[in-house]
Amino acid sequence: MAINKDLIAASSTPIVLAILAEGDSYGYAILQRVRELSGGHMEWTDGMLYPVLHRLERLGHIEARWEVAESGRRRKYYRVTPTGRDQLAEERRQWQAVDATLRSIWNALSIPAGDSASAVLLPQGA
Amino acid sequence: MSASDHAVSLEAQIDQWRSYLRRRQAIHAVDVAELEDHLREQVAALVEAGLATDEAFLVAVKRMGNLDALSREFANEHSERLWKQLVVVPPGGGDPSTRSRTDAFVAFALALAAAVAIKLPVLFGLDWEHENRFYLRNLSLFALPLLAGYFVWKRQLGARALGWLAVAFALAAVFVNVYPYGPVGATEALAALHLPIALWLAVGMVYAGVRWREVGGRMDFIRFSGELFIYFVLIALGGGVLTAFVMMMFEAIGIKAETVFATWLLPCGAAGGVLVAAWLVEAKQSVIENMAPVLTRLFTPFFAIVLVVFLGTVLWTGRGVQIDRNELIAFDLLLVLVLGLLLYSVSARDPQAPPGVFDVVQVVLVVSALLTDALALWAIAVRINEFGFTPNRVAALGENVILLVNLAWSAVLYFRFLRGRAPFASLERWQTNYLYVYASWAALVVIVFPPVFDYL
Repeated sequence: MAINKDLIAASSTPIVLAILAEGDSYGYAILQRVRELSGGHMEWTDGMLYPVLHRLERLGHIEARWEVAESGRRRKYYRVTPTGRDQLAEERRQWQAVDATLRSIWNALSIPAGDSASAVLLPQGA
Repeated sequence: MSASDHAVSLEAQIDQWRSYLRRRQAIHAVDVAELEDHLREQVAALVEAGLATDEAFLVAVKRMGNLDALSREFANEHSERLWKQLVVVPPGGGDPSTRSRTDAFVAFALALAAAVAIKLPVLFGLDWEHENRFYLRNLSLFALPLLAGYFVWKRQLGARALGWLAVAFALAAVFVNVYPYGPVGATEALAALHLPIALWLAVGMVYAGVRWREVGGRMDFIRFSGELFIYFVLIALGGGVLTAFVMMMFEAIGIKAETVFATWLLPCGAAGGVLVAAWLVEAKQSVIENMAPVLTRLFTPFFAIVLVVFLGTVLWTGRGVQIDRNELIAFDLLLVLVLGLLLYSVSARDPQAPPGVFDVVQVVLVVSALLTDALALWAIAVRINEFGFTPNRVAALGENVILLVNLAWSAVLYFRFLRGRAPFASLERWQTNYLYVYASWAALVVIVFPPVFDYL
């Protein structure tokens, strides 16, 4: 199951903000976390994360700093700002509203959810 | 392959990928660094999972996504990056930035020196109101030596070039200041007008430095001159706006700022502006498209049409060209303009490119300008006895002949090029060699005309 592009784009802000709310992180680790959380369903094109990060940075939701990682390379870390946390709370309310609406309608329809239970979990890192 | 071989080839591959990414305008060096960190992390994880290095690299690059799409995303997020910005002092430090900072510092210091230089004669009692002829004669001697000095410094030409320049400027100063010009001041005005042209060659020699002897070096100087002119005009426009505000604001509190403008703002701004414009041209050289060729591309067809229509009207109505001195100068200016259009199209043209439509338009322009000028010359030749030989007429006529010869031979060379008989480079060589003719004629007008015409 591949998730449609629009959904990926719409959900990228709350997902990135939420991951950064867990703790400061950097691009590659954020993507790993997304894979882990979604069980491999959210397949982001790696490069596309960066314009999203830069947009959030421009909006003031996150801030960036360069640090030297244990590998000796310079790495750009991101941290969520107070306005970012507010934004996350707002996004969360909105997504919960969407989620609640969808749940109600699924229940009313009572159509089986298809292959979600049998979805193939993509192997990590290969 | 051993492990170290793998490491070498991985580094080479990453280098290649990085340089490929660097070519995207919307993706800056810091972003490339960020993406590279990601790529390396991914490769390391894949190698750990059991893939060979080169396989891991391919998978990691694939996961990074299509570069065109990625570059588009970056462009959406950073749309300002598609507008090339002139970064005077690039961020991130390093050798080039200190170099450009020194460059800017020297240029602005020299601009300040030029602004001071033009006010220095006041200390010796030579103010603009009473001695404006002194200022007009020496106008080119305030900013141009400093401009030349800037390029001596920038090109590191050494003491010999500096001494040689000093001699040229000193000679110029002597010639325009020792001649006993009469009250009419015709030869004096001519000298004032022609001295900058003669000295511009000296600026060109230091601008091109060791490359002056090459066609390419002189062509660069022609490009520089055109851009400098455009930047100077832009700076002057900005200065005009500034002046208007100064006047308006001080007017509001009942103070007339006109004298401050005429005695300080205008002369100092103009002198300093030359150096700032020169520095800007140098600094933005590789950042911003040259403007002069763009303007010539835009206007060459229009001028070609105007000239063809003019010639057609003359032939159709049979009207003779009524000409006096002012109109001869107008025809000189027409030739200068056509020459400028030709020169700056030549300067931007790829010499290897085959002849195209624009080249034909160019030839039409040059030939119609030649015919128009021939009409003017015919008119003046018929009535030459009525006119007599005043310095202004001789100068105007001489310039007309010089420009006519240049354009006529350019037309011949262009025809040969269009018919595939000669390379485009021969036109470039002709134009760049001709720089000497302009300078020599200008020097002649400055040095020989006054005594020949009794300092009229």
